Amino acid sequence: MTAEATTEKARIGAPSIAGFTEEGEHLVASKVDRHHSHGTQVMASRAERLTSHDVADFALPNGREEEWRFTPVRELANLLSDSPSDAGALGVTVEGPDSFVQGVLRAGEAPRGATLVPADRAAVVASANVEEAQLIRIPADAELDQPIRVLMTGNGAGRRTNTHHVIEAGANSRAVVILEHDGSADHNGNVEVFVREGAQLTVVSVQLWEDDARHLAQHDAEVSKDAVYKHIAVTLGGKIVRLNSNVRFAGEGADAELLGLYFADAGQHLEHRSFVDHNLANCKSNVLYKGALQGKGAHTVWVGDVLIQKQAEGTDSYEKNQNLVLTDGCRADSVPNLEIETGLIEGAGHASSTGRFDDEHLFYLMARGIPEDVARRLVVRGFLNEIIQQIKVPALEERLTEAVERELSATEN
Amino acid sequence: MSTLEIKDLHVSIETEQGTKEILKGVSLTIRTGETHAIMGPNGSGKSTLASTIAGHPRYTVTSGSITLDGEDVLEMSVDARARAGVFLAMQYPVEVPGVTMTNFLRTAKTAIDGEAPKLRTWTKDVKDAMGKLRIDADFAERNVNEGFSGGEKKRVEILQLELFKPKFAVLDETDSGLDVDALKIVSEGVNRAHAEGNMGTLLITHYTRILRYIKPDYVHVFVDGQVVEEGGPELADRLEEEGYDRYAKGAGAAIIAAEAAAQA
Repeated sequence: MTAEATTEKARIGAPSIAGFTEEGEHLVASKVDRHHSHGTQVMASRAERLTSHDVADFALPNGREEEWRFTPVRELANLLSDSPSDAGALGVTVEGPDSFVQGVLRAGEAPRGATLVPADRAAVVASANVEEAQLIRIPADAELDQPIRVLMTGNGAGRRTNTHHVIEAGANSRAVVILEHDGSADHNGNVEVFVREGAQLTVVSVQLWEDDARHLAQHDAEVSKDAVYKHIAVTLGGKIVRLNSNVRFAGEGADAELLGLYFADAGQHLEHRSFVDHNLANCKSNVLYKGALQGKGAHTVWVGDVLIQKQAEGTDSYEKNQNLVLTDGCRADSVPNLEIETGLIEGAGHASSTGRFDDEHLFYLMARGIPEDVARRLVVRGFLNEIIQQIKVPALEERLTEAVERELSATEN
Repeated sequence: MSTLEIKDLHVSIETEQGTKEILKGVSLTIRTGETHAIMGPNGSGKSTLASTIAGHPRYTVTSGSITLDGEDVLEMSVDARARAGVFLAMQYPVEVPGVTMTNFLRTAKTAIDGEAPKLRTWTKDVKDAMGKLRIDADFAERNVNEGFSGGEKKRVEILQLELFKPKFAVLDETDSGLDVDALKIVSEGVNRAHAEGNMGTLLITHYTRILRYIKPDYVHVFVDGQVVEEGGPELADRLEEEGYDRYAKGAGAAIIAAEAAAQA
C-alpha cells in the first residue's frame, strides 16, 4: 500500500460520511476551548506570527519552520531571494468593463501596504521588489456587469517575476475580479484587497500554469462594515503553488468566504493556507477548500487558521477541507487550527476529511452500467463542482470544468 | 424471453491464508418471469454467487460458465454486464461522494439504455417510483447513499431496479436489516418490477420472511458452495420450520442421494 492520506489532527468521532473519514467538531458558545489548536505550533497563537515590510526581518527558511514545514523550500531558492523581476518574464493584461479605474501605487502610497503586511519571506521579497503596484479601483456604488480580468502569462520556466496588485472595491460597489495565471515562471504575486463599506467583491485567482511553473502568493483582504468578500483559489497547474489567503475585518456585520479548489497530479505540490482573523465583533466567515489528488507524488496541503479574538463577540465561523484521493501514491495534508478567545460567539467549527475513490465506489457505479472513465468523471466533477459553481461567471465556470476534465483524462491514459 | 444460465461454477477468492474456493460447482437456470430463491446459512457462498454474476473483481471464476441468452457474461466488464441487463441489488450499497442521486440515476439510465431518457417523462418516472417506495423527495439532491440509513439504502436499490428495468435482478439479502414495514415496501417494489413480465429474479436470502411477500417459483438451498436441495415454494416452508441444521456441512450430497433413492 503506497497510498498515503494523512490528516494531522486528533481523530474525533467515528467515520460517518461517504467514503470519507470525517473529522471535526462544532464548538458553540457553551463549549469553548481556549487556544484550540491541532498543529505542531511553535507559537502560542497565530496572532503572534511575524509580519513586516522589512526583508531583513525574514531569514531564508530551511523547511523546519512551522509555516514552511510542508513546502519543498529547497526548490524555491530563486523565489525566496531578494531579487527583482526578470525583464519581460511576465506579460500582464487587464480587461473588463469601462467603469473601473487603473493606476499604480509606489511603496508607501496609500492604500498600498495598509492591509498586506508580508507574513513570510516570499511575500516580503515580492513587495520589496515591486516598485509600482497595480491598482484596480471599483468606484463607490458601481455595479460591474462584467468581471475584471487580470491575465498574467509567464514567459519562461525559472524566470523570476514579482507582482503586487491592489484591488479596492468602493463602498456599496459590486464586482468580480479574476486573476488568471498561465505559462511558465517563478512567480511571486502579492494581492491586497480592500472591500469598503457595503461592497460585494469576489476575487478569483486561477492557477493554470504549465507544469514547470512555481508560484508563491499572499492575498490579504480587509473587509469593512456590512461588506461581503469572497476569495476563490482555483489551482490546477504549476509544479509548486503556495497561496496564502488571509482576511480580517474593518467593521461589524462583514462577511468573508475563502474558498478553494485544487487538483494535484503526479509531481505537483499545491499548498493553500487560509487565515481568518476575527478581530471585530459580529462578523461571519466560511472557509471551504476541496481538493482532488492523483498520481505518484501528488501532494496537497491545506492549513486553515481561524482566530476569534477576545473582542470578537457574536462571531460565526466555520472552516472545512475535503480531499478526494483518486490513486495510490498521493499525499494530502490537512490542518485546521481554530483559536477561540471568547465564549460569546454564534458558532465556530472546523472539519477535515480525506476520502478515497476506491474500487468499491467504482464497482458500484459500473454495476449500474456506467463505464469506468465516466464514473471517475462523475465523482470528481460532482465533488469539485461545489466550489466552481460559487464563481458565478458562467464562461469561467465552463472553462474550469473543462480543465478539471482534462486533468481527469490524464489519469485514464 | 431471456435465459440466464449458470453452469458448474467454481469461484475462489484470495485470502491471507491463500486461495480459498467458495463456490464448488453451482448450476442454475433462470428464465424471464421466474423467481428463484437461494437460501442458505451464513458463509454458504450465496453472496459470492451474486457478486460473481455482477463481476466484482474480488472473485475469480476458476471454471464453469455464466451466459445470458448464450452470450458469455464472464467475458463482459462490470458495466457491460449491467448494460446487458443484469442488475445486482447490493447487500451493502456504498456511499459515493460527490454524486447526487439525480445525476447518478440519469447517468446510469443513459448508459444502460444507450441514450438519454426523455427529460420530462424521466423526471416524472423517478418521482413516481420514489413516491411508491416512500423515499423522501429531498433524497434526489443528496449524494448517492450518503448518510442514508440501512433501510433507505435498500429502498434506493429497489428504486434503481424499477427504473433501470433489467432482464435479470439479483437481490443480495435485500431483506437484511429491514423492519416489517420497510420489507413490505421493498417487496412491493420487486413485485411491481416483476409484474411487468420482462424480468427474472434471483432472490438471495438467509430468512424465509421475505418469501411471504415475494413468492418464489423455485427454492434452492445452498450449503458450503453448492446447491444441496431444490424444490418449489414448499421447500421454503419446510426451512422455516426446520432451519438449516439438517444440512450439516458435508451432509448435502447425502441428503440429495437419500431423497433421490426415496423417490426412485
